[in-house]
Amino acid sequence: MIYLQLLVSFFQIGLFSFGGGYAALPLIQQQIIEVRGWMTPQQFVDVLTISEMTPGPIAINAATFVGNQVAGVSGGIVATVGVTLPSLIIVLTLAHFYFKYQNIRMVQGVIQGLRPAVVALIASAGMTIFLTALFGQGSFPIDISNINWISVVLFSIGVFLLRKSRFGPIQVILLSGLAGVIIYSII
Amino acid sequence: MEKRFVNELGWIDEDQMLDIVALGQSSPGPIAVNTSILIGYRMAGVLGALITVLGTILPPLVIMTLVTYFYLAVRDNPIVNNLLLGMQAGVAAIIVNVVLNMAMRIIKQKRVVPILVMAVSLIAGIVFDVNILYLLLFAGIIGAITTYLDLRSKKGGAGQ
Repeated sequence: MIYLQLLVSFFQIGLFSFGGGYAALPLIQQQIIEVRGWMTPQQFVDVLTISEMTPGPIAINAATFVGNQVAGVSGGIVATVGVTLPSLIIVLTLAHFYFKYQNIRMVQGVIQGLRPAVVALIASAGMTIFLTALFGQGSFPIDISNINWISVVLFSIGVFLLRKSRFGPIQVILLSGLAGVIIYSII
Repeated sequence: MEKRFVNELGWIDEDQMLDIVALGQSSPGPIAVNTSILIGYRMAGVLGALITVLGTILPPLVIMTLVTYFYLAVRDNPIVNNLLLGMQAGVAAIIVNVVLNMAMRIIKQKRVVPILVMAVSLIAGIVFDVNILYLLLFAGIIGAITTYLDLRSKKGGAGQ
């Protein structure tokens, strides 16, 4: 029952992604690589890359992408509805109580408290992406001789551009992609 | 969104927008989805919320479905392969940048508890492979305690 699995997995992803767009990242990684084994770390990075480039929140894009690959167009729809459902339920519930009591300070406080943990979680998902891009594998132990120097250079330039120039994320991805096409074809 | 809904369409005023953002950030999920639900709910109840959320997810759903099939069709092409290989480095850079920004924001606040929670979560998650949900629970409980103490001390002060 692949549709049920998609629904359950993406419902969980939608349910626990507190604290902004990237909060879904570690949850997506956990579900599609570790729990369901639908994708390899390599494919996960592809999911992320394409989700970054297309309009819409990362969680929605990733759900559609994974759902389609795993179970066709209906799979994409099931996954996307699944990831949206928790938001719908919780937002409406909060709105109702807020309307009644005009007070969600406790909830806001808890969310604030979650933020530092979310940063750490995104960092650990980021580790997988970093290792995959630069070493070709998603987790420790890594074979240091496997290092992709071109990736290292592109990565460093990317970080520099993002922090010190007005280049945005989409431009950085396009540039590094273009550089990849040129450099890798020459080799 | 503020531009369109507050300024152009005049559906909500700026104060309501602030409330909506606060509620939207207090719920799980993308902020765009959450705010669309709230605006729809405000305008036309639960049905309104369903309509707006559908309007929000439909374009990405359609576009992404098409992109996925295109991806599956061209993935094995050597040029596409090189393109994705190059893009990976860019994505890694983006994530690292995002994490750096978020982490620095917390460190700059100079409050012990958040910094501690971040450090502990980092070690627990990467080194000890602790489950995401346990880390969220841990941070959530600490957040609840901190907030409770905060609110109580504020009330005590106001009473005097």
